[in-house]
Amino acid sequence: MKYIDEFRDPELAKATLDEISRITTRHWVMMEICGGQTHSIKRFGLDQLLTKDIELVHGPGCPVCVTPLEQIDKALAIASRPEVIFTSYGDMLRVPGSGRDLFAVRAQGGDVRVVYSPLDALKIAHDHPEKEVVFFAIGFETTAPANAMAVAQAKLMSLQNFSVLVSHVRVPPAMHAILGSSANRVQGFLAAGHVCAVMGYWEYPPVAEKYKVPIVVTGFEPLDLLQGILKTVQMLEAGRFGAENAYTRVVTFEGNKPAQAILKKVFKECDRKWRGIGTIPMSGWCLSDEYAQYDAESRFDVSAITPEESPICIAGEILQGLKKPPDCPAFRVLCTPQNPLGATMVSSEGACAAYYRYDNPNVSQGD
Amino acid sequence: MSEKDPAVDMHGAVCPVPLQQKSTIVIGHGSGGKMMHDLISEVFIPAFGNPILAAGNDAGLAPAGSNSHYAISTDAHVVKPLFFPGGDIGKLAVCGTVNDVAMLGAIPKYLAAGFILEEGLDISILSQVVQSMRESAEEAGIQIVAGDTKVVEKGKADGLYITTAGFGEIIPYPHPIGGQHAQPGDRVILSGTLGDHGIAVLGARGDLGFESDVKSDIAPLNHLIHAILQVSDKVHVLRDPTRGGLATSLNEIAKQSQVGIILDEKTIPVKPAVQSACEMLGFDPLYIANEGKLIVICAAEDEEKVLATMRKTDDGQQAIAIGEIITDPPGRVLMKTLIGSHRVVDILAGELLPRIC
Repeated sequence: MKYIDEFRDPELAKATLDEISRITTRHWVMMEICGGQTHSIKRFGLDQLLTKDIELVHGPGCPVCVTPLEQIDKALAIASRPEVIFTSYGDMLRVPGSGRDLFAVRAQGGDVRVVYSPLDALKIAHDHPEKEVVFFAIGFETTAPANAMAVAQAKLMSLQNFSVLVSHVRVPPAMHAILGSSANRVQGFLAAGHVCAVMGYWEYPPVAEKYKVPIVVTGFEPLDLLQGILKTVQMLEAGRFGAENAYTRVVTFEGNKPAQAILKKVFKECDRKWRGIGTIPMSGWCLSDEYAQYDAESRFDVSAITPEESPICIAGEILQGLKKPPDCPAFRVLCTPQNPLGATMVSSEGACAAYYRYDNPNVSQGD
Repeated sequence: MSEKDPAVDMHGAVCPVPLQQKSTIVIGHGSGGKMMHDLISEVFIPAFGNPILAAGNDAGLAPAGSNSHYAISTDAHVVKPLFFPGGDIGKLAVCGTVNDVAMLGAIPKYLAAGFILEEGLDISILSQVVQSMRESAEEAGIQIVAGDTKVVEKGKADGLYITTAGFGEIIPYPHPIGGQHAQPGDRVILSGTLGDHGIAVLGARGDLGFESDVKSDIAPLNHLIHAILQVSDKVHVLRDPTRGGLATSLNEIAKQSQVGIILDEKTIPVKPAVQSACEMLGFDPLYIANEGKLIVICAAEDEEKVLATMRKTDDGQQAIAIGEIITDPPGRVLMKTLIGSHRVVDILAGELLPRIC
């Protein structure tokens, strides 16, 4: 398939792997930010082929995984109301809240619908004026512009029966949180290519500067990932830091200006809780004052829902790159994709799900 | 961007208690994956358990007198929309059951069909579906010899549901064919491209915002199977990778036979349009449903013979060897990836969900 196969070329992959081995003189720890990158690494077994001196740790960039428990519980409460049609991306339906998930709400009679775009939710609202239609707006900078667009459209259309349950998160504050932690081991970042397609990478030079790390914008296909790793190793070996781009076919420094403009108009930065990590200051987006009327939390008065997580799984440490899925005693034993203890096992982008699906439990992975 | 120092408790909250979907049926129980297998082993097997059912194949092999056997199977069809590129619920209802029966190496003979009709359904739609069943029955060379009709209130069914039961005669063969008979050294052959049916149906629902020319691959596979069994007496397993896709079918076989399976990713055929749709939606073609594809597991020495025979047929033109049966690890499917590493190919967990981004 054009534009895919070229970036899965075995010969070029081997040449890049050899070059990484050749220039690596010591052990380096780097984090891929995005869950999509984690899955590519495991799906193509890149970690098996890389020199053992390169240690990849998996970052918090799985939108489903980091959506906090309280937002899930709020979603469950709203979706259970008889007047509500609750719309969501598919993979949120299986994320466990305190007692159940959205699939269970649907099985118990709630009107929960999978949509492929927030604009589909708008259409449902338009077609069902007698219902309250709520869209679960989660995700990073990648999904936020389309969700912002849906809210802006709702206002233009004067749709009164549409609202959004917002749980958007931003990458740069999470990088600050990881690099600023006393337990941090990360020496370089593979920045998330899709996030940067929207935001550019103008936000990253100050982060690189402050913590003296290389940050390399990286794509998702095997060759993209290897190119990102190679560039990061080159910078680490040369003692260089800064933000560079190994995904130039998609990402520019400035990013997508119209997308950034709609984000700025509809959302404002706010503190946000990350599942498994905690509250990171100014790491989220909330509706701006101009669009506050579309906030499902205030419309359905669910702000009092503040559940506590019970300390069973280690998703938090995994999302920060401190531990890996096999370090968890519950991994593969109590915790499986059909019975997930934590969000990192639920989402197709979660690190635990990636290890579960692609690693052979009978073979040591050498990490 | 925030320039504040993060005042974050890095060892704070973690995850919630496990969710057990034990009390209520959720959509994932019908996915063909792990949840469905658990439901079968926890609810159905304890109630019905007998050696024929316990073999775990899509059809049961029932003794008919001293020396012969019948293959019996049933399948319920609830597809939405009723009509999609390449087929409709009627064709599906006939081919699905014909194929399940044929997978034991039987010649499908007769079908019974049950119709659950929703109040308000256009009779012209029903006629169209029934006509399609007739054509598929002719193509498969079987007869529909019994039926039942029920009507439910409006809103209680998506227009119409069809269940079919099939009956076939086991033809003389040196050994039984079934998922429990794969042997180390055997080759795994696939009859053609993966995922056509699943993507055609998804596309026809019209809610994905893309159009494609992908047609469902629905076809009765009994003639193809018959041709294979005529030329090779070393076929051990036949399976149609329907719900849950190739990955789930091969995992079932690996578990039934207590063998490992190693696939070679570069040999696995997927149409570019199906690949594109999967890349966009975050699906893996290995898990997408097929309705006219066949997995043949046979002794290595018959591989070329079987492939040559398959390639002479309409439904097997693109037949290709995709892997082999190994001893270790038992019950697991592995894959040599495009770039030369190895990974596990697991069974589908629950419902296949499009990912967020």
